[in-house]
Amino acid sequence: MNTNPQGPTQIGLGLEPHSYKIMKTQTEEPQPFRLHSVISTFADRMAGSVFILPTVLALLFLSIFPLIASLYVSLAKFDIAPGGFKLTFVGLDNYKKLFEGSEGIHFLGKFAPSTPLTWVVFGVVVIALAIFMARYLLNVRVSISGLMGRVLLSLGLGLITWMLVYTLWNEGRLGTASTTLVYVFVGIFFQFILGLSLAMLTVQRLPGRRFFRVIFLLPMMITPVGIAYMFRMLTDTSKGPFTPIWQAMGLSDFSWVNNAWGARTAILIGDVWQWTPFMFIVLVAALESQPVEPIEAATVDGANSWQIFQHITWPAILPVSMTLILIRLIEAFKIVDLPNVMTNGGPGTATQSLTYHAFINWRALNIGGSAAVAYMLLFLVTFFAMIFVNLIRQRTVETL
Amino acid sequence: MNSKNMLVKIVSVMMVFSVLLTACGAPATATEAPATQAPAEETEAPAATAAPAETEAPVGKIYDGVTIDILTFVGPQVAEPLQRRGPDFTELTGATVNIITVPNSELYQKVLTDAVSGTNAYDGYLFAPAWVVDFAPAGLIEDLTPYVEADAALEWDDVAPFFRDFNSYDGKVYSIPLDGDMHMVYYRIDSLEEAGLEPPKTWDDYLAVAKALNGKDLNGDGEGDYGSCISKAPAQQSYWWIWSIAAPYIQSQGSSQGPFFNTADMTPLVNNDAFKRALEVYKETGLYGPPDETNQGVGDSRGLFLQGRCALTMDWGDIGPLAIDPANSKVIDKTGAISNPGSTEVLDWATGKLVPCDATTCPYAVDGVNHAPFASFGGWAGAVNAAVDQKEKDAAYAFFSYMAQPAQSNADVVVGATGYNPFRISQFENIQPWIDAGFSQSAAEQYLNGIKESFDSPNMAADLRIPKSQQYIQVELDRILSLYIAGDLTTDEASQQLYDSWEAITETEGREAQLTFYKGTIGAK
Repeated sequence: MNTNPQGPTQIGLGLEPHSYKIMKTQTEEPQPFRLHSVISTFADRMAGSVFILPTVLALLFLSIFPLIASLYVSLAKFDIAPGGFKLTFVGLDNYKKLFEGSEGIHFLGKFAPSTPLTWVVFGVVVIALAIFMARYLLNVRVSISGLMGRVLLSLGLGLITWMLVYTLWNEGRLGTASTTLVYVFVGIFFQFILGLSLAMLTVQRLPGRRFFRVIFLLPMMITPVGIAYMFRMLTDTSKGPFTPIWQAMGLSDFSWVNNAWGARTAILIGDVWQWTPFMFIVLVAALESQPVEPIEAATVDGANSWQIFQHITWPAILPVSMTLILIRLIEAFKIVDLPNVMTNGGPGTATQSLTYHAFINWRALNIGGSAAVAYMLLFLVTFFAMIFVNLIRQRTVETL
Repeated sequence: MNSKNMLVKIVSVMMVFSVLLTACGAPATATEAPATQAPAEETEAPAATAAPAETEAPVGKIYDGVTIDILTFVGPQVAEPLQRRGPDFTELTGATVNIITVPNSELYQKVLTDAVSGTNAYDGYLFAPAWVVDFAPAGLIEDLTPYVEADAALEWDDVAPFFRDFNSYDGKVYSIPLDGDMHMVYYRIDSLEEAGLEPPKTWDDYLAVAKALNGKDLNGDGEGDYGSCISKAPAQQSYWWIWSIAAPYIQSQGSSQGPFFNTADMTPLVNNDAFKRALEVYKETGLYGPPDETNQGVGDSRGLFLQGRCALTMDWGDIGPLAIDPANSKVIDKTGAISNPGSTEVLDWATGKLVPCDATTCPYAVDGVNHAPFASFGGWAGAVNAAVDQKEKDAAYAFFSYMAQPAQSNADVVVGATGYNPFRISQFENIQPWIDAGFSQSAAEQYLNGIKESFDSPNMAADLRIPKSQQYIQVELDRILSLYIAGDLTTDEASQQLYDSWEAITETEGREAQLTFYKGTIGAK
């Protein structure tokens, strides 16, 4: 039966090929039953699904299944048993431990008593979040999902701010969660600034720029453990290659690793050195791919270098920069090599990241505790990645 | 669609399905084989008992075609003798030996995941004998008693009694010692003599000597050196050093008293004046050490001592042979060795306070000083994976036996680079191999007496050897100790946190079960 009186005459008037195929079948004369035709049609229909099936199964097996399995492990206690091991379900015990007692201090940090400064900083953030929520609620396009997302965001940011303001100053001590945040945000900030500066420099028509492009890339090609050992040697004031310099400066009795912030700074320097080339190479590509005409026009119009950068170059490289930062953000949360090799997580637990924390638990066969830390890391990465994608990147690109 | 295309599609779909079916089916067949085979062969008489005889007088290569994979900690020491002697063993028996190394801090986890996951990639493990109590009850390592009983070449009776016991569990031998470990204090004979100081008898003396010599030029390079070098990096050896300091303050009534837990109720002996004093002593040694000592492992402090930069250090037996090596040592014939210092005050277990030594409180005191030499770690020992094929078990046992036999062991323990220290009675009694290795008569006597004195002490403290000892010591103690050294915890906070975390482990594992284990391992009633 022809359900479309106009039939195939609509082809070319906006119908999709798939619709065309259906209509074509519908307008043809009834065909006699042929087995090979039925098999052919079946194979044709199934081919796409079947070909994609191995990949889907591989993804399920390698990604989704371990995720679910590790979720169960995080709710269980691992024990050696005759012939192998046993997992005993313990509910949320492994997560609970992360928020109380000495393990709570390890994970969240040691909270200092309140001071006027902590109240002011925390108060400012809470007010900012309240304004953010109020502005959304006054908006005509309020949705349940949007509201829930913003409530979660405000709660998350409020809690993280509370953790940071009470552990960063006075008698407070950073836990592995806040130390990781320091590595991520301070590290990425300097990596981006340095990467962009070097990229701007090497896109200039300067002598030797090709050589320096290769040189600047080298740190990225070295294994992270190698970099960690190198920086361990460089920061060793008594036996390292810079010992004469330290001695000349009167710092032979100084050690980076005796002080928590000294050790964190040493690790951050190593991390910035390692990952700046990644920012650099992508930003070089972004800078070189921007159109020349607007810059030439601006130059003719008398714009100075800063104005050209601010109004032409920066908007042009902004989408790439945002993606670059997002990639590094996700990657930076997993830092483990540098603190492991350079300081063994010390002094105390000052340089331990969340991944290192999970690694310590795993090494002690506290597999459930390790999985719980890994899940907390997953929540944290997802939280910041979603904030970045939904609120920052989207708006930044939209405003261009 | 023409029939050729249709055929291609049908064949493609069938191929994808067949690949999937093959992939799904493969693991099922792979998992069946090992589990059933090994126990079946286990019931046979242990063939490996013949292997040691092979190593003595080879009559044929009984392990031709057998490859054994041995897991141990990353060297060069400890792994080096295995790697060096592997080809010799191959020559004798035909078995190929692969030595796989991992960082020390990962060894326990690696062994366990290999065994409990059923991977069984390793046929033998060279590890801490204290871990035997974790692995043996679970059936993960082989009972070596029948092998040892049938192995005359091993000369088991020549192994010092402490090591025979420390490598056994429930009356059965589970690991073969290749190394004997005891902490000692090493000092610079020349520097102390110049300053008119005596080798320290107590930990207070140790601090006094360290303070007096700190900043003095000890190696003649015109720069100030260090009074004491005891490493303090996290995840290294701190959790052993602290017990060498704490043991004489806590344990005074003999080895069966034990320094770790109260044998009445399994409460940790860490929240009292004795352990707090040990924490303070350990931290104070850092004042007279290198600036980055909080990030140094034993390799760093050992290197500094051998370069003549430290007046005092604490170490296992390794420094003795290393100090006579002209290639690496600037302290040849300048190194003295003594049993660990002690204390003139000991813990009153009832009150948690320190009380002065007298005939009652310190029955084993020497000149009023209570010593409790700490057999830290217990020495590297070889265990055999219980789940591998019988032939591989036999070959793995034969290899460990070969390494431990006097012919090999006597040569290895006198070389510092091996990381192996004496564990046989004859190695303490026969001084000649030490002199042949380069020791002077007096240096050899002093070194061996220092170790022997410790082993002979009726108040010697053995390392912790109960289930989850790795978590008590290398996780909780290590973390809290590193926080204390970093200044993040006060002495009282560190003691309390350690007490709480150990109690939590004991509660989880079962107090009565842990107490029974603990009392069993120290011989308490």
